[in-house]
Amino acid sequence: MTTDAQASRIVRDAFSRHPLSWIDALPWVAVAGLYFAAGTYLPLGTQVMIAIIFALALDLALGFGGIATLGHAAFFGLGAYAAGLYALDISTEPISGLVAAGLVGGIGGLIAGPLVLRTRGLTLVMLTLAVATLLHELANSFKSVTGGADGLFGYKIAPVFGIFSFDLAGRTAYWYGAAVMAVVFFLCKALVNSPFGLAVRGIRENQVRMRMLGVPVISRLVMLYAISGALAAVAGGLSAQVTKLVGLDSLTFTLSGNVLVMLILGGTGSLYGAFLGATLFVVLSDRAAAVDPFNWLFAVGIVLILAVRYAPQGLVGLIEQLAARAGWGRGRA
Amino acid sequence: MSVPALEIDHVSKSFGALRVAREVCLTLAPGARHALIGPNGAGKTTLVNLVTGLLQPSGGAIRLDGTDITDLPPERRVALGLARTFQISSLFPELTVAENVALAFEAKLGHDRQIVGRLRDRTDIIDGTAALLDSLGLLALAPRPVTDLPYGQRRLVEIALVLALAPKTLLLDEPAAGLASSDRNAVLDLLLRLPSALTILVIEHDMSLVFRLADRITVMVEGEVLVEGAPAEIRANPAVRDVYLGKRSHG
Repeated sequence: MTTDAQASRIVRDAFSRHPLSWIDALPWVAVAGLYFAAGTYLPLGTQVMIAIIFALALDLALGFGGIATLGHAAFFGLGAYAAGLYALDISTEPISGLVAAGLVGGIGGLIAGPLVLRTRGLTLVMLTLAVATLLHELANSFKSVTGGADGLFGYKIAPVFGIFSFDLAGRTAYWYGAAVMAVVFFLCKALVNSPFGLAVRGIRENQVRMRMLGVPVISRLVMLYAISGALAAVAGGLSAQVTKLVGLDSLTFTLSGNVLVMLILGGTGSLYGAFLGATLFVVLSDRAAAVDPFNWLFAVGIVLILAVRYAPQGLVGLIEQLAARAGWGRGRA
Repeated sequence: MSVPALEIDHVSKSFGALRVAREVCLTLAPGARHALIGPNGAGKTTLVNLVTGLLQPSGGAIRLDGTDITDLPPERRVALGLARTFQISSLFPELTVAENVALAFEAKLGHDRQIVGRLRDRTDIIDGTAALLDSLGLLALAPRPVTDLPYGQRRLVEIALVLALAPKTLLLDEPAAGLASSDRNAVLDLLLRLPSALTILVIEHDMSLVFRLADRITVMVEGEVLVEGAPAEIRANPAVRDVYLGKRSHG
C-alpha cells in the first residue's frame, strides 16, 4: 500500500503540464540576438511578435478550449481601433492604451461568446466569421469614428514609461513588443496550468461529460473566449501603437485565416506552436513578397502543403517526433 | 415513509410518432439497489437520459430527494447529488487517468473556474484524486492517457469519475457491458463495496450481476414498465420469462 504522500506525488506527476524549462528561454534569446543582427529588419521582428501574441490568444481558444473560430480578427481589430481611438481622444500613454484595448476585446468576447458558443463545429465557424464580418462592415460604415476605408491615423504615442520614445528605426517598438509578448506568454502559461486550464481541456475533449460532472460548459467557454479575445485585442492594440495606423484590414477574414494558418503551422495546444508558426509565416510572407511582389502567395502555399504532408501536428509535433526518435523526449508536453 | 431518493412520476417521451417512454413510474428509496432490465430498445437508456436532463420529457415529473428537477439543466441536477456513468465509456481520451478524476474533483469543489494558481498546488484536488485512485487500485494507471487503456480499465475509471462527485443517487448505464468475465468481476466487486447510503439505479444485461447487486428490479418493454418486484418475484414471473429472460440472451 502506498502512503498518502506517495500517492499524491504520483497524481501530481501524472498531470500533463507546461512547466518552465530551458525551452522557454529560447524566444527571448532569439529576441535579444535579433536585435543586434536584424538591422533594418527590426520592424519585421516587431510584426512577428505581434503575430505571436495574436496566435497565442487563438491557441487558448482553439488549442486548449477547442473553439473553432474563423473570426478572431474581430478581437484584433477591436483592440486596434480601441488603442487608436484611445491615443486620439483620451491619452497617448501606451500601456494604459493596451489595457484599454484588452478590456474592449474582453468585453467583446463576453458579448459575442454567449451568442456563438452555444453551437459547435461548422455552425460555430460560420458564426465567428459572421461576427467579424459584421464588425468590419460597422467600421466601414461609421467613418466619423473609424475613418472608414482611410483608417485611423495621425495620432501620437507617448514614450513608454515617459522615457523611451518611439524612434524611426523601431528600437523602442521592438523592446516594447517583446515585453508585451513576455507578459502575454506568462499569462497564458499560468492559465493553462490552473484548474480552469484543465477544465477547458476537458470541455475540448468531451462537452457532454463535463456537463454530467456538473460544469456549466457554456459559461466556462465564454470566459475562455473573453480572455482569448482580450489578448488578441492587446495584439491589435500593439499593432496600432507601433504602426500608428489602424485600417479595415485589421478586421478582415484574411487576417482571421492567416492567424489560424500560423497556429496550425506551428501546432495547436502547446503555446510554442504560436512562436514557430507566426515566425515562419510572417518572415516567409515578407521575404517571398520582396522576391516576387506578385506571386509571393505561391511560396506560402507550397510551405503549407509541405507542412500538412510532413508535419500534420505542426512544427511542434514534428520537433517532438524527432526528439523522441533521437531518444531525448521530454515525455508528454 | 421517507422522501424517495429518486421518483420518476408518469414520465413520457416521444420522438415524433415514436413513443420511447410511456407513463413510466419508478421510485427509489434512499440506499436502494434498483436494477432496470429489459430487451434492447426497451427505453432504458432513454430513461437515464431523461433523469439526467440530457433529454426533456414530453410529460410527467422527475423528483430528486423531493425536489422537482424536471426543468433543471443537467449540471444543476449534478449539483443536487445526481451522477451517472455512460454505456459507452465517456471520458476525456487525451487526458491522463489522474486528470480525468481530478476534473471530477475540481468540478465537485467548484474549482473549475479558478484561473489563478496552479493545479499542482491544489492539495484538496490532488489528495482526493490520489486517495480515490488508490482505494480503487487504479493508482498505477494515473499517468496513462485514457485512450491507451484497455476497455475494462476504462470502465473502472468511468466509475471512479462518478465516485469523485460523491453523489447521493447514482445511475449506472450497463457498467459491465462488453467486459470479459474477470473485468466484470472487478466491476461487480467495486459496486458491491459502494457505501450503503448511496442510492443506485443500474441498467444491466448481465443477469448474474443484476441478481447479486439489486434488491429490486423493474422490467421495461417497449417504453413501458412491465413489472416491478423483488429479484425472486421477477425470476419467477412467467411474463418476464417470456419477453426477456427465457427467450434469448442479450449482450
